Amino acid sequence: MINKSEILETINMVQNEHFDVRTITMGISLFGCIASTVEETAQNCYNLITTRAKDIVKVAKDLSNEFGVPIVNKRISVTPVSLISAPFKGKEIVIAKALDDAGKAVGVDFIGGYSALVHKSTTSYEHSFIESIPEVLSSTDILCSSVNIGTTRSGINLDAISQIGKIIKKTTELTKDRDGFGAAKFVVFCNAVEDNPFMAGAFHGVGEGECVINVGVSGPGVVYRAVKEAPNANITEISEIIKKTAFKITRVGQLIANEAAKRLNAESGIVDLSLAPTPAIGDSVGRILEEMGLETVGTHGTTACLAILNDSVKKGGVMASSKVGGLSGAFIPVSEDEGMISATEKGVLTLSKLEAMTAVCSVGIDMVAVPGDTPASTISAIIADEAAIGMVNNKTTAVRIIPVPNKTVGDSVEFGGLLGTAPIMPVKSASAEKFIARGGIIPAPIHGNKN
Amino acid sequence: MKAILTVLGKDKAGIIATVATILAQNNINIEDISQTVMQGYFTMIMLVNLENSKIGFGELQEVVAKKGEEIGVKIMVQHEDIFNSMHRV
Repeated sequence: MINKSEILETINMVQNEHFDVRTITMGISLFGCIASTVEETAQNCYNLITTRAKDIVKVAKDLSNEFGVPIVNKRISVTPVSLISAPFKGKEIVIAKALDDAGKAVGVDFIGGYSALVHKSTTSYEHSFIESIPEVLSSTDILCSSVNIGTTRSGINLDAISQIGKIIKKTTELTKDRDGFGAAKFVVFCNAVEDNPFMAGAFHGVGEGECVINVGVSGPGVVYRAVKEAPNANITEISEIIKKTAFKITRVGQLIANEAAKRLNAESGIVDLSLAPTPAIGDSVGRILEEMGLETVGTHGTTACLAILNDSVKKGGVMASSKVGGLSGAFIPVSEDEGMISATEKGVLTLSKLEAMTAVCSVGIDMVAVPGDTPASTISAIIADEAAIGMVNNKTTAVRIIPVPNKTVGDSVEFGGLLGTAPIMPVKSASAEKFIARGGIIPAPIHGNKN
Repeated sequence: MKAILTVLGKDKAGIIATVATILAQNNINIEDISQTVMQGYFTMIMLVNLENSKIGFGELQEVVAKKGEEIGVKIMVQHEDIFNSMHRV
């Protein structure tokens, strides 16, 4: 029998350290739904999703009860919709609404995949699709959108980045009654992964199976406690402690993923071990970094601490699961992390420091609110910087940024729930307009050509 | 299937008897049991086998949780696999 201290450790993780399975995400291929009219295609999508995912909420609830671990979100990801809507230029929203309705009908929290992959070039149907994003995000509730604008292999599509800066501004304008909330459901990627279970960037890649269960596990609180219990350990020992903790929580993800797949009659996909913070006290990635020895997250040393955390989490996770995937690492969404909100309010955590941090963690500039009068070209330039970091370092980077209408530095914005509160961060006022307007493709780095 | 039943709370007379009675009534076998009291805080862990149980897993959880509330302790039942997967390679 498992010994007593191990049992109590597991129970304590859930009861006191916010350990949870953040999401069970069902990936569904929509290729079979394409029909001769947009209405018929949309109806096929609706029917397929509501059939495949009809039990996802119940199964998650059952698993949560049986194993005693909360499962916070149930989600669906679908084939990038731009591939499904290609013949129906200008009518993409019909499919978007069907997806949103299907997600609501089965009771999931989010449905992701209103996405386009334009890392090498934007086709005319993808251009039309991207133009539809603001209206879609302002008129749907749980549908999330993403665009991949670069890869290490193909370079970065600067034309798409230029278009997307304007799209983000338009999305916030259309949702200005909700402080630009629409942009919180939209993420721009470089090196997007095809099996990510986390939102807003989840989509079901073209190489994936028909119906797959991917699980995202979280547990910043558990890692925080483990680090806190070792105040005199050197940094190598801290790395070991994080690895062991990551191993334990990933194992739970693997168990839940296998069980969920079996009960939902789907393929068992990947486990994504990402330390995903929530605004709750004790569930912060920022506080882990501070526990490692920083007075405030964002100060000098933050990038090094985050590099250790991210790497240790990956190493522990890889050992624990036969199929680790998704983003796996540490997330740094500012508005969703109590420690980072506090550091931003103190002026210690800045956009420049966040950018440096993204070179060593699993995602990018995430849930950052900036002044509403930030020009579209500056938003595009922030995306280009992030994409360059991702492309050159062979890693995923992302930008989820919200230029909040009518707000400026000193204000803050409340998105509620898991999305939290974001103090408005200053951006540099010097323009990058000419650079963005040049357009073209940023060539892939030499190491992208690996054959 | 096997499950781990844990009782956490303030120590008082009759906690084990109360839990064991519920299990016996439902034909659930106790395969292992351990308990400690530290500074008046009671912790009991049981490995139980539900193979011949008269009630389902969910129902057992409800019954013991309710009884726990009555006597002022927290009682949980979890599938043993959660502990096996977390602590055994």
